[in-house]
Amino acid sequence: MTSTALRGRAWKLLEMVTTPLLPSDYLDLVSPLRAGADLRGRIEAVHPETGDAATIVIRPGRGWRGHTAGQYVRIGVDVDGVRLWRAYSITSPTDRRDGRVTITVKAIPDGKVSNHLVRRARPGTLIQLDQATGDFVLPEVKPAKVLYLTAGSGITPVMGMLRDTEFDDVVMVHSAPQPQDVIFRNDLHDLVADGKLRLIELHTDTDGMLDIARLDELVPDWAERETWACGPAGLLDAAEKHWAEHGVPERLHTERFRPGVVVTEDGGGGEVTFSTTGTTVDADGATPLLDVGEKAGVLMPSGCRMGICFGCVTPLKAGAVRDLRTGEITEAEPGVLIQTCVSAAAGPCDIER
Amino acid sequence: MTAIDPTAHLTAEQIEELGRELDAIRDEVIADRGEKDAAYIRKVISAQRKLELVSRGVLLFSIFPPAWLIGTAGLSVAKIMDNMEIGHNILHGQWDWMRDPKIHSTTWEWDHVSPADQWKHSHNELHHTYTNVIGKDNDLGYGIMRVDEDQKWHPFHLGQPLWNFINACFFEYGIAAYDLELGKNLHKRRRKNPEFRARAKAVGRKIRKQVLKDYVIHPLLSGPSFLTTLAATFTANLVRNVWSHSVIMCGHFPEGVQVFERRSIKGETRGQWYLRQMMGSANISGSKAMHFMTGNLSHQIEHHLFPDLPSNRYAEVAVKVRALFEKYELEYVSGPLPKQVFSAWHKVFRLSLPNKKPKVKTPVREQELIAA
Ligand code: FES
Repeated sequence: MTSTALRGRAWKLLEMVTTPLLPSDYLDLVSPLRAGADLRGRIEAVHPETGDAATIVIRPGRGWRGHTAGQYVRIGVDVDGVRLWRAYSITSPTDRRDGRVTITVKAIPDGKVSNHLVRRARPGTLIQLDQATGDFVLPEVKPAKVLYLTAGSGITPVMGMLRDTEFDDVVMVHSAPQPQDVIFRNDLHDLVADGKLRLIELHTDTDGMLDIARLDELVPDWAERETWACGPAGLLDAAEKHWAEHGVPERLHTERFRPGVVVTEDGGGGEVTFSTTGTTVDADGATPLLDVGEKAGVLMPSGCRMGICFGCVTPLKAGAVRDLRTGEITEAEPGVLIQTCVSAAAGPCDIER
Repeated sequence: MTAIDPTAHLTAEQIEELGRELDAIRDEVIADRGEKDAAYIRKVISAQRKLELVSRGVLLFSIFPPAWLIGTAGLSVAKIMDNMEIGHNILHGQWDWMRDPKIHSTTWEWDHVSPADQWKHSHNELHHTYTNVIGKDNDLGYGIMRVDEDQKWHPFHLGQPLWNFINACFFEYGIAAYDLELGKNLHKRRRKNPEFRARAKAVGRKIRKQVLKDYVIHPLLSGPSFLTTLAATFTANLVRNVWSHSVIMCGHFPEGVQVFERRSIKGETRGQWYLRQMMGSANISGSKAMHFMTGNLSHQIEHHLFPDLPSNRYAEVAVKVRALFEKYELEYVSGPLPKQVFSAWHKVFRLSLPNKKPKVKTPVREQELIAA
């Protein structure tokens, strides 16, 4: 018998010893970060970055498979006793010696998780982790010239890239309301001082929003650069248009934190059944099914809660749902998965939860 | 139906007002639920697991009498904790708000031969909705006993003290049979019903696992202590069964608790539903430790009013609920464990015999119905 088969047998035997619990229920008591456990992390430090942003240093469990610069991670944090999942960009380089990873979080108004992490999280706290994911990443072949176009907390995935891979010719155009709002300002200025980065820092409170047409003047060779852009939807929409108009859309890579939500007409809504748990509730056509389920006490997976991380995908077994961003209707078919955080009932439907 | 309806003095408006006041109590707790409560249940779960581990560890040496005693006591307590404060309450969804998949009513499984989902149906849905309604709530005597004068007497009931005793010793099996509605389903065609068969299979699987664990694997692991460990786990299961049976009997059986007729719940309002829960349940008074070991089912009245509020909150809720009982001049049935257990058993014995004398008075509610 092979050693894995042997281990499988041993595990089966252990399960007989611990039934109805699992051996891991006991092991979790002593070693929650061990290999083979559900992936978790321990917060080891919280460093303030600006008045409303902080970097959280996390020691991931043994099952952590690492990340690629620019990716994000879903984390589950208990806020006031309730486990909430969100996605945050990883801001540490991929080769950090101590194996820790960092995320950098900006507290958004009424943001339960972001405010908790920035202002209340304490070292020692266990959090739930998912493997890093996302395709807003650097290519394997180094481009000759790079442009990072960022605004606000859109700098976080790019900081992960900046810290990870050095390029010969990098320009960054970053917007924030005021100098003190610029996350990583010191790090950026250090990179500039070392000659590793050309930085164009715009302060929108005094300079106004970046007009994408000004790029010609700020970075004359922008069209030749491989560009990574992250920030509010307005900036990204303008950039996509601009790059397309100049015939170089393939040079632009974007990451959206807050996709615009299209308010859909003709109401929709209906009776939603969460068939696994046998819960049935009425839902309107504007409330995300994720919220509908959570309110009904159904255990719903989630992450960013805004349609980017796919941490909430769930089979749609019957009925139809409407995508709150595009208004698009999806009908149930075998194998159809929906993102519950950006889908609302478009009539009666059955969600497998 | 007791001869005199103890709620007859309340007007319909008063009953609705009572309902609103109870809703307010509930809302207050929900608004305040948070980190501390979550920490509480996590602590209890972790303590239970450690206690079980240590006890089982000690039992490996149960050939030595002191080890047997300590291990058996520890395991009994661990099993009681698992079933009462943890299992019963999690399966009620009391901790679902934490959104922790490991502590959720849809994922939890307990050290009990009745699978969690079957128990949730018969207990949470049937018993908690139709509390003490004759013919609808099978918890009333578990279908094998007569627990109210209004139930018809049958010679079979002569043996009910014995049935109740046996049920106490093998309570978890009794519950499993009851969740399966075994009596009803063993008849003729029903036995072949695929749905019933699937559920019976699930129970069989669970029994096999539990028996294997308690009576084969752990004794085997104990080597020379095989027999003593076997005796220890048997004892722990017996203790757990008798204890939970006693606690549960105290919830609805003691004297002073009302039962209701099927027709009395037709078109029941929220206020009336609350009132039925209040009159249909009884508490056990005692120390904090006592409340903990009963899984806070000592606060049965509060639990029946708010089955999904976290159990650690029942004590504070009880103060307010009791004040409402006083305000509305209702009897809050409560007493220390020995008294309540005695009262419940007394009833079991008394009702094993036919009613002594014909009822003098028709209950008020029935009079009204007849008049209507
Ligand atoms: S929660 Fe991230 S896509 Fe739905």
